[in-house]
Amino acid sequence: MKPAAFEYVVANSVEQAVATLAQAGGEAKILAGGQSLVPMLNFRLLRPAILVDINRIPGLAFIEDAGDAVKIGALTRHHQLETSPVIAKHFPVLSYAMTHVAHLAIRNRGTIGGSLSHADPAAELPMMALLLGATLHIISGKGKRTVKAREFFRDALTVDLAEDELLTEIHLPKLPPQTGWGFEEVARRAGDFALAAVAATITISGGAMKEARIALTGVGPTPVRASEAEALLAGRKPEAKLMAQAIEAVRAAIKPETDLHASSDYRRQLARALAGRALAVALQRAGAT
Amino acid sequence: MSGRRDIRVTINSVVYERAVEPRLLLADFLRDTLGLTGTHVGCEHGVCGACTVLVDGDSVRACLMFAVQADGCTVETVESLGRIGGLNPLQESFHAHHALQCGFCTPGILMTATDLLKKYPLATDDEIREGLSGNLCRCTGYEHIVKAIRAVKAGAAR
Repeated sequence: MKPAAFEYVVANSVEQAVATLAQAGGEAKILAGGQSLVPMLNFRLLRPAILVDINRIPGLAFIEDAGDAVKIGALTRHHQLETSPVIAKHFPVLSYAMTHVAHLAIRNRGTIGGSLSHADPAAELPMMALLLGATLHIISGKGKRTVKAREFFRDALTVDLAEDELLTEIHLPKLPPQTGWGFEEVARRAGDFALAAVAATITISGGAMKEARIALTGVGPTPVRASEAEALLAGRKPEAKLMAQAIEAVRAAIKPETDLHASSDYRRQLARALAGRALAVALQRAGAT
Repeated sequence: MSGRRDIRVTINSVVYERAVEPRLLLADFLRDTLGLTGTHVGCEHGVCGACTVLVDGDSVRACLMFAVQADGCTVETVESLGRIGGLNPLQESFHAHHALQCGFCTPGILMTATDLLKKYPLATDDEIREGLSGNLCRCTGYEHIVKAIRAVKAGAAR
């Protein structure tokens, strides 16, 4: 299990990286943290002609408080996100979620840009980008564009990113005051991919839920928002009967696959239970109970 | 350009200069090119943790990084921790608590534990177990490994 030979290009700038991608015409892959890519190379599931190593590009790893949003550079490592005071202050749900991402040695290398671009169906970061309404900043030789997390994840391991494009920044709009959060995950072993995970935020205003967000991973080809359940809760008081309806709506909205690790029914039941817990904790943290 | 690249890596305080193929994994560079066989290779896809080393102070899987990427970096392997007759406190604790049987996973677990002790409070056995969840040991059942790390933590706290 050794990678096939490839041409190795160290990019010293974003411009050089995308120029190399454009010249390669689909034959090149970006090497960021490598924690998903290198296993695929070792197995020779992928045999790119060129690897463009972006690890030495200066200024691509940062976490910056930019007023109404937090900007995160694509090369920011998982462990940096996990331990960042800026993230802890504005997105404690993300700090907590990061402790569920693989193991320390993986978190030391893996990057947010890599995780979002790779889009494993059971990964935490795509779900968190969806929950937090991330805007992804993408560059190519033709220019820059942005895409919302909601439109970015197309299918399993498939995102709205062309062969000559590079994800450079992730912007997370800050959450309103009086927002509580919950995060629940079940995996077979700490650090394994989730059998199912749910992340939720609830914003309370005048005793009612101004906004509820519920995101899930591990229950389909891409992470999903439970839009129907969110709509049920919006503007309503958090009464037990309503919360039960919303949790049932989460269960009804997903159709997970059966695989070696869990059946479809088990995953749906799990997602429902985890949604219940995540919403209850989010309400508590928002100060509603 | 898939030809060899000149790299310069400081490993356990020794500077090595070699020309390597870009596809050469750091784990194979350590073992095969340099003969530093303390680092073990298990699964070669980032699951077993046997090849864990420190790169610039952070634990990484040496099978998920290319040797060329370590150019200019400082690498520490299990050989840096101690030697026979002069084990470091973590190794001493593994010895005292019978935290190894066949020993295949041990180098990776020692390097992982070195980083865990640096970065996490490890206040409970659950936290130690979670920290070790990326390192597969098929002999010990982990009980003695947890005890050994707990003892080092307790010693460090005194």
